[in-house]
Amino acid sequence: VTVAVLAQLSRPFPDWAWFDDRNVDELIDLLVEHVVLTALALLFGLLIALPLAVAAVRWRRLYSPLLNFTGVLFTIPSAALFVLLLAVLPQGEPFGLGMGTSLIGLTIYTLLILFRNTVAGLESVPRDVTEAATAMGYTRGRQLLQVEFPLALPVIVAGVRIAAVTTIGLVTVTAFIGQGGLGRLFISGFRTQYPMEVAVGLVVSIVLAVAVDLALVWSEHRLTPWSQSREARA
Amino acid sequence: VNWEPIWPWLLGEQHEALRIAGVPTLLAEHLLYVVGPVLAAIAIALPAGLWIGHINKGGTLAINVSNAGRAIPSLGLILIAYLAFGLSAIPVFLTLIAMAIPPILTNTYVGVREVDPEVRDAAAGMGLSGWEILRRVEIPMAMPVIMAGIRTSAVQVVATATLAAFVGLGGLGRPIFTGLATSVQFNPDARTVVVVAVALVAVFAIAVEQLLGLAERLVVPRGLADRRDRRPPPTEADVGPTQQTPKQSAVTA
Repeated sequence: VTVAVLAQLSRPFPDWAWFDDRNVDELIDLLVEHVVLTALALLFGLLIALPLAVAAVRWRRLYSPLLNFTGVLFTIPSAALFVLLLAVLPQGEPFGLGMGTSLIGLTIYTLLILFRNTVAGLESVPRDVTEAATAMGYTRGRQLLQVEFPLALPVIVAGVRIAAVTTIGLVTVTAFIGQGGLGRLFISGFRTQYPMEVAVGLVVSIVLAVAVDLALVWSEHRLTPWSQSREARA
Repeated sequence: VNWEPIWPWLLGEQHEALRIAGVPTLLAEHLLYVVGPVLAAIAIALPAGLWIGHINKGGTLAINVSNAGRAIPSLGLILIAYLAFGLSAIPVFLTLIAMAIPPILTNTYVGVREVDPEVRDAAAGMGLSGWEILRRVEIPMAMPVIMAGIRTSAVQVVATATLAAFVGLGGLGRPIFTGLATSVQFNPDARTVVVVAVALVAVFAIAVEQLLGLAERLVVPRGLADRRDRRPPPTEADVGPTQQTPKQSAVTA
């Protein structure tokens, strides 16, 4: 501990010397890795949660079991789940310390939020709208895609925003199982007793979370132009 | 799978090969890491949330706090607190408290604000003072939302306390990180310990959630609970295990 404290004292904080060419290059690589992991986890999460939500709206009795199941998965502490996946999945690419192990865990954590919000979104579509669509001769599939999903979009996007911000935080924990994006700076900064490195990882991942959140707000506004005109009139 | 070293470890002896304290000790440590910070967070966030909800000021702050809490990676916060403030357990505990505050603060504020203004007016019309309105109307009516916040917070602290084992604290994260350090992928002993420890910490988290769910039923006034049951199933998802209900997320996100 004495050595560690001495090592810290010899380094000023904040230590702008950290930002040399090599570290900045690495920072960019880690940022890209972080974004890729987050995006893929959200993509897989949506591919699983959207059909489940559609099924739960059509067959009400599926809702509670699915909500409880995704809820239990969400409750498992992340470090525990990731290390468990590393221990029990087959070794070798893409599992082991590869991206697959992390992606499975990250996807699991998106399910509760995406499922719950998609169900709530679909159920918020007014009855008279769906009845009008049925009366106009929409088939169930077309009605879902062209009427219900667009109207449910604001609530679904609200879920995607929470899931995205949560996932960006969880990606850092996958640093324990060979991935981690910016979380790798946490581990290496901890190993070398270098607070600046941890701080850079922390600040950049918070900035990333805020930026992604704002980007999703913006894309929601682009995707649902009708909601603004209504807001403007109100 | 070699279960032989597992039984004595579960019953309280140190694990021979991996040198981890017995499971009862780890459980007690983890409980301490959760109950302490959550109680401290309640002591700070509950009065603060009630106050800003009651006087209806600073609401943006109360709501943004929980958004910020979600955006801050807890692992990074623990490590920086540990490195920057003296390599001891105290800053780690302070981090656990800090991570426990946002859901309680936000939900307490939202719970008080969501009290029907007509009910509040009726109470004032009956001659109740501001303090009495808070104590006899707003707090009881906000109780379900407040309890949901405490539940979210507690489950979050269970997870963050698991991470704290990485910097050398005990608790149920200890066997997980020891297993990881002794190549969990190839060492059967480590793998068994990790599987058992993960099961324990998962059950621990779920138990904390369920127990707080029971506690919620005890502290929510009978009249409110009855009204909830009679209500038709809500179209917007109810206040679930985490505080991120779509309804609130629409507000808070």
